[in-house]
Amino acid sequence: MEYVISVLLSGISVGGQYALIAIGYTLVYGILRLINFAHGDVFMVAGLMGIYLTATLPIPAALVLVVILTVVLGFTIERVAYKPLREAPRMSVMISAIGVSYLLQNTATYVTGGQPMTYPVIPFLSDTVNVAGTQTKWVVILTPFLVLALVVALSLLINRTKIGMAMRAVSKDFETSRLMGIKINSVISVTFIIGSALAAIGSILFFTNYPAITPTAGAMPGLKAFVAAVFGGIGSIPGAVIGAFLIGICETIIKGLPSSWDVSVFSDAFTFALLIVILVFKPQGLFVEAATDKV
Amino acid sequence: MANALHLENVTMQFGGVVSVNNLTLDVPEHKIIALIGPNGAGKTTAFNCITGVYQPTNGLIEFMGKPMVRNHPSGKAAKAYKGENADKYISEPVLSPTPDQITGLGIARTFQNIRLWKSMTVFENVLIAKHLRAKQNVFSATFRGNLAEENRMREETMELLAEQGLDGYKDELAVSLPYGLQRRLEIARALATDPTLLLLDEPAAGMNPQETAELADFVRDIRKKYDLTVFLIEHHMDLVMNISDYIYVIDFGSEIAQGKPEEVQNNQQVIEAYLGISEEEAV
Amino acid sequence: MKQKRNILPTLTCITVLLLLVILLENISSFIPGLPQIFQPTSPLFTVLKKAAVYSLVAVSMNLLNGFTGLFSLGQAGFMLLGAYTYAILTVPASEKAQVYYLFGGCAFDFSLVDMFEGIFGTSGFGAALSMVLACLIALILAGCVAGFFAYLIGIPVLRLKSDYLAIATLGFAEILRAIFQWQKLGPVTNGANMIKGFPTFSSFNITDASGNVLLRLSTFVPFLISSLCIIVIVLLINSSYGRAFKSIRDDEIAAEAMGVSLFKHKMLSFVISSFFAGVGGALFAMYVANAQAKAFTSVMTYEILLIVVIGGIGSVSGSVLATFLYVACSEWWLRFLDSEQYIGGFKVPLLRNGFRMVVFSVVIMVIVLFFSQGIMGNREINIGALLKKRSVKTDKAERKE
Repeated sequence: MEYVISVLLSGISVGGQYALIAIGYTLVYGILRLINFAHGDVFMVAGLMGIYLTATLPIPAALVLVVILTVVLGFTIERVAYKPLREAPRMSVMISAIGVSYLLQNTATYVTGGQPMTYPVIPFLSDTVNVAGTQTKWVVILTPFLVLALVVALSLLINRTKIGMAMRAVSKDFETSRLMGIKINSVISVTFIIGSALAAIGSILFFTNYPAITPTAGAMPGLKAFVAAVFGGIGSIPGAVIGAFLIGICETIIKGLPSSWDVSVFSDAFTFALLIVILVFKPQGLFVEAATDKV
Repeated sequence: MANALHLENVTMQFGGVVSVNNLTLDVPEHKIIALIGPNGAGKTTAFNCITGVYQPTNGLIEFMGKPMVRNHPSGKAAKAYKGENADKYISEPVLSPTPDQITGLGIARTFQNIRLWKSMTVFENVLIAKHLRAKQNVFSATFRGNLAEENRMREETMELLAEQGLDGYKDELAVSLPYGLQRRLEIARALATDPTLLLLDEPAAGMNPQETAELADFVRDIRKKYDLTVFLIEHHMDLVMNISDYIYVIDFGSEIAQGKPEEVQNNQQVIEAYLGISEEEAV
Repeated sequence: MKQKRNILPTLTCITVLLLLVILLENISSFIPGLPQIFQPTSPLFTVLKKAAVYSLVAVSMNLLNGFTGLFSLGQAGFMLLGAYTYAILTVPASEKAQVYYLFGGCAFDFSLVDMFEGIFGTSGFGAALSMVLACLIALILAGCVAGFFAYLIGIPVLRLKSDYLAIATLGFAEILRAIFQWQKLGPVTNGANMIKGFPTFSSFNITDASGNVLLRLSTFVPFLISSLCIIVIVLLINSSYGRAFKSIRDDEIAAEAMGVSLFKHKMLSFVISSFFAGVGGALFAMYVANAQAKAFTSVMTYEILLIVVIGGIGSVSGSVLATFLYVACSEWWLRFLDSEQYIGGFKVPLLRNGFRMVVFSVVIMVIVLFFSQGIMGNREINIGALLKKRSVKTDKAERKE
């Protein structure tokens, strides 16, 4: 029983962290129809910044700075690597995203010297707590609540504010929105800012509970978060969050299966198998209505 | 006279919108039949149902006397279905061939908003359409066991181009041609698939009066030469009245009139459907 | 016709190139005292071998992404299948106990090398012939296995649109990687450990009885195999099927309306591309002298994709050219960036391990952003046209034929 609780707890927590990344994917895809392959690496860079900044600054200041710098990074990537390709075929933008991902990973290798870096102990988050007889870290308990709060805030932003309305309009019809005088570029920038900020928060939560950061540490959580976004129906924030929790839980369950089965190697593969099943049977995701192309 | 194409109770519904409603029509062999109607009447959707781009929500389409497409609303679509005859085809098996299978049966089409292959030359655009009837498999094609056939395909392509007066543009990129010639190239490409029924979707759109007049003769010529049946959508009333043997008029997806050109021209309902749009605007 | 005229000069050029490769790798044994670069251990030959292997993979990816317009990111997965197929089939039984020691030997003792040696003998010419035949058949089978899996995977995923296809194929590659690392399959795949002991490129060097190299062929072999495969791909691209692929790339709806079966042609392109990726994977295993699942990550696919982009999406010669440039830069020319350098007494800043890849990825980004056509765009280097000016005579003679 304790075992089940501990698996569930950590599953929910991992899921929450994926959810924060998945929102970034789903927002960007909703607006640009771009799988932002670099998003997972932005997440990794946020983790590294956390390490370097906490080494020199007081922790609260460092964490705030991590979020700000990640936002700047996300914003810059969009302006430099995606904006010039606005009129280019979708494939070019995706290749550019892959290029950015490659660049971020290589830069991280250069800066860290390729060594795995350990995330600092953040007071309170890393403290242990006893839940129903299981020892766990505060971050595990806190993550789902934080995620829910952020999702509520984001939903309010999207449904109640002017910029939110613009975002919804752009994701429905890019061209028409532009003709109607919506400043496309600022909407896209806001999207990237939100996505990066959430990725930064996600990185703090994720890496607190993770042995070490390597330059490729962002790629896999990134891809999983994307799968979560697809699962929930890309463009839908609640969908992405539900998808992320589900993937997080399933993954922890697989990792927790008896070691004699030796299936933990499939914890990543499972996500992709899920992705393919969804793409084949319900390509629009679970929470979005189908649309037809015009000939 | 036998029908090349026969539509029966064809309904196409997208979500809550009925684009084609219970359409029944006949296209007799060797005739030129027109489908007209105001913008948004569902003409192109009807074409897309015939050519397999869309699967109609309900109805039957026969080609050369054989059922080719058949469907009835089922599942979610059945609940949302607003059209008629929902039960008529319910006991018959669903038929939904892909567009290439339909082209294989002998129906070729052109597109309203020209769809030529952009990166390819005029010559290649037609040559690719010959691929459908080629007998080679991927090995014989790769290892050149098919040179005789390949050469024959190339010769036939040249003939088609010459016939359309396009042979001078053979090595130009298809998209660099003037608009009128692009439309002709689309027709040449459709002919390269050896069709018995040719569907033309607004072949005169964007053409000047001179080109339109030439087009009328041209359509008649190819109809004769290739022993075709022609079914066309057109807004140019001059052209339609000039070349059609019979006309169907639809509005809001439903048929509102049919008949010989002169009958349709004087039909009150047709005039009303077009009312408010002067002839210049309709063109 | 037009095509026939182009083929002969191209073939001549490739033959000359192959002969030059043989000459290049053996020149140091004929003329002593040549600079280090001509020695067999020089980075030149590493680059040439690796580039020969990668160029095949890049061209196979271009067939799919550039010529058929299917944005697939599964290349590493199919290479993995090819590499393992090749490795498992050619490790001699005598080596198996040692390679698979963690699993108490391999699940099956079959080896193509042993099979042929059983027929042709284990020494001298018989052994050489056995090795060549075994490698050849294993390479073909490597391609077939990759192609077969591509067929199975293609049934569900080829219906997907551009970016979903990309992520689904990437996912399949990751699944394959996990399966091949599964310890339960250890007796076949050696789990997460590498398989080695199979014939590599240097096995093709001709030696005398005491093991002294008489004629080096270790660079020639990958060149030969890659060239043959690329020639086949080019022939395919210029055939009726290749044109049909391009029509799908340009406009799917028009292609379908003109009778090109989307499913059939996408599948053909996918299977053929994967076949050659599988052969490429087997060659890669020969190049690194081992097969290990963890080498075939999505980063490898990205690398190949970037090569294709640099060369020009839709250009075979561009892909080949880009591969050689890319590999030469990453393995050789930019190496100096990874270690401290002094100009005069001045220490150049920033240079240390990893800087090469940073510079490299910046260059790639610049190409992606500002030269999106790549080196060649969708044009080809036309050797026929290049030679025309100089050899009008031969050209005429060919036309008579």
